[in-house]
Amino acid sequence: MRRYFARKLFVYALTFVVAVTVNWMIPRFMPGDPVAGMVARARVSQPEAAEAMRTYYTNLFGFDEPLWQQYLHFWGALLQGDFGISIWVFPTPVGDVLLDALPYTLGLMIPSVLLSWFAGNWIGALSARRKVLDNTVLPVGYLLTAMPYMWIAVILAWALGGQAGWFPLSGGYSLDIQPGWNADFALDALHHWVLPFLSLFLVALGGWAIGMRNMIIYELESDYSSYLSALGAPQRLIRRYAFRNAVLPQVTGLALQLGVLVAGALVTEIVFAYPGLGSLILAAIQNQDFFLLQGAFLFIVIGVLIANFLIDVVYVVVDPRTRTGMAGGTS
Amino acid sequence: MGTRTRVRITAALAVFGLAATACTGGGSSASGPTGAGGKGGSLPRNETLYTTGTQWGPPANYNPLRNWDHATGTKGLVYETLFHFDPDEGRLTPWLAESGSWTGDKTYDVKLRTGITWADGKPLTAKDVAYSYGLGKIEASSFHSLWSWLADAEAVDETTVRFTFQEARYQEWDYTLFGQPVVPEHIWSARTEEEILNGVNDKPVGTGAYQLKSKTQDRVVWERRDDWWGTKALSMTPAPRYVVDVSNPSNEVVIGQLGQGQLDLSNNFLPGAASLIKSKKVVSYYDEAPYMLSANTAWLVPNTTKKPMDDAAFRRALAASVDTGKIVKGVYGDLVRPASPTGLLPQWEQFDDKALIAEKGFEHDVTAAKKELADAGYKDEDGDGFVENKDGEPLSLKLAVPSGWTDWMEAAKVIAAGAKDVGIRITTEFPDQNALNEQRGKGDFDLVVNNERQLSNTPWTYYEYMFQMPVQKQQNTVNFGRYENEDAWKLVQKLGGVKTDDTAGMKSVISEIQDIQLTEMPIIPLWYNGLWAQSTTGNWTNWPSDADGAPRSAPALWRNWLEMGGFETLTQIKPAK
Repeated sequence: MRRYFARKLFVYALTFVVAVTVNWMIPRFMPGDPVAGMVARARVSQPEAAEAMRTYYTNLFGFDEPLWQQYLHFWGALLQGDFGISIWVFPTPVGDVLLDALPYTLGLMIPSVLLSWFAGNWIGALSARRKVLDNTVLPVGYLLTAMPYMWIAVILAWALGGQAGWFPLSGGYSLDIQPGWNADFALDALHHWVLPFLSLFLVALGGWAIGMRNMIIYELESDYSSYLSALGAPQRLIRRYAFRNAVLPQVTGLALQLGVLVAGALVTEIVFAYPGLGSLILAAIQNQDFFLLQGAFLFIVIGVLIANFLIDVVYVVVDPRTRTGMAGGTS
Repeated sequence: MGTRTRVRITAALAVFGLAATACTGGGSSASGPTGAGGKGGSLPRNETLYTTGTQWGPPANYNPLRNWDHATGTKGLVYETLFHFDPDEGRLTPWLAESGSWTGDKTYDVKLRTGITWADGKPLTAKDVAYSYGLGKIEASSFHSLWSWLADAEAVDETTVRFTFQEARYQEWDYTLFGQPVVPEHIWSARTEEEILNGVNDKPVGTGAYQLKSKTQDRVVWERRDDWWGTKALSMTPAPRYVVDVSNPSNEVVIGQLGQGQLDLSNNFLPGAASLIKSKKVVSYYDEAPYMLSANTAWLVPNTTKKPMDDAAFRRALAASVDTGKIVKGVYGDLVRPASPTGLLPQWEQFDDKALIAEKGFEHDVTAAKKELADAGYKDEDGDGFVENKDGEPLSLKLAVPSGWTDWMEAAKVIAAGAKDVGIRITTEFPDQNALNEQRGKGDFDLVVNNERQLSNTPWTYYEYMFQMPVQKQQNTVNFGRYENEDAWKLVQKLGGVKTDDTAGMKSVISEIQDIQLTEMPIIPLWYNGLWAQSTTGNWTNWPSDADGAPRSAPALWRNWLEMGGFETLTQIKPAK
């Protein structure tokens, strides 16, 4: 067991280093010069003044150092939890900007991914056995997953927001609400949360349901099921085994989904103008905010790694073969 | 501040659907003040003005010296300037200053009003003003260039500031007088250079009518100060108790919010604004074309270091090929006006030399453009419908505008089509805005569209934009076309030295400049971008317009426009009920 986790941890550490390095490289080799952009925005027309300003900011952001030094400094600061200063929201530290947005993204994505996973698997498993359910859920599920994501979001916004007027179309909370510790704000934020949540939930739901249904049917028709059946085992037992086997790929799928949480929120957040990390990433790219972009990507990287690690742990519990593998046996 | 953390936790709980937990848990764990007043956290609708369109990102900082990225309102609502400028009347209005005058060839005295206090109760004195202007001596400060012609700023007594100049640049000085914010010395002098230039200054203390109440990622809330000096001295009171400036991610969101009456004033460019105005959903300055006041000129900038844009005849032909009328109608739906041949804004109309324009001006004229090209030696030798360079080399130019700026992208297509009609091959390209800015700065382009300079107190700012020399490796905000003309630049400097009340003197220099401009056509005026403003009347009425008895001030809270009438607009609007 210890060897298994030690090896996993080593792989994760290695992945982290490579990811961070790539992360550091990408914005630096992107076309465009953020300092020039900043000086240009400052509208300093006099050449000498502009030059003084350029030098100043180049120093401030450390762009005047040789690349390898910038790289080392980047790691040094990172290990102290310092992501640098945002250029876009100057002079707010990147960490603060990200933490402001993070609750919105996590609050949107975690419930939608988890709930759609549970609900989807449940519906899928049920519909594998019930003809009526199968005839209704399957087509709807296919429709939901096949539809371009933007459509669902826009249709929901149009129907429930625009026509019915039940939910607001954009933002994280109303214009006249001051965020704070009170019921007004909490309810208002919840109100704004429904549409983006629903759009994410519905799309994912269909996919999970179809996957689970097909998998269960496959398992029920596999040799071990027939064998168990021939032996006279009760249907409930067979279904339990089928379910346990069918759910494994779904767990892997969940890991992947959880990992790309933040990235998945991008489109939703842009459609609904939701103030999360997705909107930030877009803004960071548009404004050539190196540091913000790096910070956001780092969140994604860390998210993927943590999610995968958790799933590794879950696997040990749900899949006996993993335990056998650890003990040196063959599976 | 603490607000940040609180927002974070509440939001997380709320969106997890644990609203009930948040209510009960709120009392014990986060008992800090939730910002002054506001039961339940919401602002009273009838006392609040909701605006948008002044910035695209979160309110970043409240540092008035960072005039390009501070939260809009930092200068204008919190920090004030010595004067305001009234574009309608074309003159400076005393603000913190009671008066100002040239007491010698190179000395300017400002007399401050008495009884002005900072938000912390300390009085504003001449020393604060001298200190604030002195901050420009810091090399990396954005107004460092001021000190290449200003020699000294000193407080003579409590209310008198004396500015002494190395070189009296009258036009530029007036511009500075209503552009430069005054900060309190007793607070700022304790700060390091680093803090002064880059500090977030999130507890701004100013002399202005508003103070910072709260801020979140997408909005900033300003709260009126009831002890503001202007109420007595200027007999002005801003009507809204709260001004909420919202940064919206897209025009669609803005249109939705206007439709629901959530927004009172949008300073966004909304492509369908004309139909919104016609159907009375929103109001604007004019209720028919051009609907909006003019704010700046959009120019077609040729890179004059490249062939054949280095040839004035070619540039003139290009100018005549542009069908501005088609852009104004087709692309903007008459929301803007076509520019005059000099490009000077309507507010500066008196400086247009009419006789000169009649003689040397241009208009959209395919035949004339073709003739100009032919006369200058550009011929279509291979018969493909497009002219070649004089040396027979094929001629193909790229016109670049930022990707996503849909109106400009459409306009670029019209320009390319017009050029095709006279035989100039122009292709359009839409690079990312930042990439384009970089290419533009380096002179790595053929043609771009640009509208860098806004309306100001003087056409001088436009001429500096056209002719500034010497050309640098990186052209930051002016003379992107890298046009070099010693005579023109000398005239611009001469104009800078004409006193601002000497209209005749200004006119005579300007007409000399216009002579060069119209002959050389270093940059081609296209249309006047509007001072985009659409307002709803459900909560606030009496918006500025050209109707009888309506306020004439600028209905915009854009950066630097609060000093050009934007603030006055706040004092003119009235609650609807």
